[in-house]
Amino acid sequence: MNQMQNFTKGFLKENPILVLVLGTCPTLATTSSAMNGLGMGLATTFVLIGSNVFIALLKNIIPDKVRIPAFIVVIATFVTIVDLVMQAYVPSLYETLGIFIPLIVVNCIVLGRAEAYASKNSVWSSFVDGAGMGLGFTGALGVLGAFRELLGSGAIAGFKIIEGDGILVFILAPGAFIALGYLIAVVNRINKA
Amino acid sequence: MAKMESTLKNMVLSLTLISLGASAGLGFVYEMTKAPIEISALNKKLDAIKQVVPEFTNNPNDEMFMLPTGEGDSLEVYPAKNGEEVVGYAVRSFTNNGFSGYIGFMVGFTPDGTIYNINVLEHKETPGLGTKMVPDGTPEKPEFKDQFKGKNPAEFALKVKKDGGPVDAITAATISSRAFCDGVQRAYNAFEKGGLK
Amino acid sequence: MEYILLIISAIFVNNVVLAQFLGICPFLGVSNKVSTAMGMAMAVTFVIVLATMVTYLIHVYVLIPLGITFMQTITFILVIAALVQMVEIILKKISQPLYQSLGIFLPLITTNCAVLGVAILVIKKNYNLAEGVVYGGATAIGFGLALVIMAGIREQLELADVPSGMKGVPISLVTAGILALAFMGFAGLV
Repeated sequence: MNQMQNFTKGFLKENPILVLVLGTCPTLATTSSAMNGLGMGLATTFVLIGSNVFIALLKNIIPDKVRIPAFIVVIATFVTIVDLVMQAYVPSLYETLGIFIPLIVVNCIVLGRAEAYASKNSVWSSFVDGAGMGLGFTGALGVLGAFRELLGSGAIAGFKIIEGDGILVFILAPGAFIALGYLIAVVNRINKA
Repeated sequence: MAKMESTLKNMVLSLTLISLGASAGLGFVYEMTKAPIEISALNKKLDAIKQVVPEFTNNPNDEMFMLPTGEGDSLEVYPAKNGEEVVGYAVRSFTNNGFSGYIGFMVGFTPDGTIYNINVLEHKETPGLGTKMVPDGTPEKPEFKDQFKGKNPAEFALKVKKDGGPVDAITAATISSRAFCDGVQRAYNAFEKGGLK
Repeated sequence: MEYILLIISAIFVNNVVLAQFLGICPFLGVSNKVSTAMGMAMAVTFVIVLATMVTYLIHVYVLIPLGITFMQTITFILVIAALVQMVEIILKKISQPLYQSLGIFLPLITTNCAVLGVAILVIKKNYNLAEGVVYGGATAIGFGLALVIMAGIREQLELADVPSGMKGVPISLVTAGILALAFMGFAGLV
């Protein structure tokens, strides 16, 4: 596939969360609002691109038997960088995302792409793959976050659209599961068409 | 694409190199972000103090001192001064009785022990329920916190109505409301015991 | 007494899967049969309890004294990866059938956010070693509970007439949402 297809596959056809169903934990936990979802998505995208590029760079000096620990070290390094940088420059988003920032290291999307793609492809392709998958993930989180925020509190990104209190359950745990379930069903439908 | 063989020597070498590189990179980023992180934390604290005491001209953080609570721990107290005169004390209090555990507060008293304002610093209470203890209200639409402002714990018991006190608890969030009172009480206890009144 | 509150809170009120969103991948992936769910739950419990102990000790006796707490993420995840390898080897020796049925999900315990999540939470909540281990164990029991209940429901769902668009992941998620709603009822317990 050419690089354009490589880039856009992560948006709909192979969307990491809506189609491959990877990275569900942060998706459910950080989409109580559109901004939180987007913030989480962007942090993950940074890690994805960084780890994909470095693993593609280093793939020839990583013996096969230790590739998982090696991948983990690279990924964890980028996660820690994101953690420190966010703590320094966007403290309120950092506090909101909380434990899910270090948890990016076990986000199956990152390890998944490292194993399935970056360890077998060129640096540039891996960069594109990481960017596409990351943006697809970010988009999904943004949409889910906006949906939950709208139904749960009548606002999107803080802008009140529907008057009055919302259906509280959508900002809480049950709403996350249910909203994601329906979103995946919708995307399945779109992809089948 | 030739991959390195999985001999023991190669595996150890490769992992060690990568780990060293990672640690070096991280150490570098850590040093670079250390200062901004500290500044962020400090600003956060100063903002919290600003919201709970009258206007001040000093740097309360520089004059911070500790006061015992009588339960075995101590709280940080930040004096706010206008020139030489103390206009208020911000006490960093807490409670462990929140619905989801720990809640951190910044409680602001004027020198006679009257509550000026209370800031909820950190919590994990339920959105829509316990979180109602966070916002300041307006005269037209008062919030839970407003009933504490201007009250002196010496006369105003920090107990919810269910426990015989005057505090109007948040509907369906009695535990959070009780915990809130506990946190403010703890601050007042330190304040009183410290002889600041 | 405090420990009982800790345990009840971790299992029911703040259930690691249904309230804290940790451990969803195996929750969705392994919960279609009660027997595999139970096997997975036991393996995860073992890893979580061990991991909590080791990561705590490393944090307190290595990271803090050396002033390198920013290495927390890397060291914790490597410890967990090593522990999972160990569990794999042990399981292969003492129970081949269980090892076979868990299949690929065993190494995937490494990426189970519940394990790393709990390790980090113990530090964040300032628990001591004993509290941390109890919290870890209770969390794992909560995980197992959610997993087994979900498996029971899904075994029944297989026989139901689910619309084609909702089959598989979507209906499982909606079910999990309703289960989460039910667990919210425990809120008044503590």
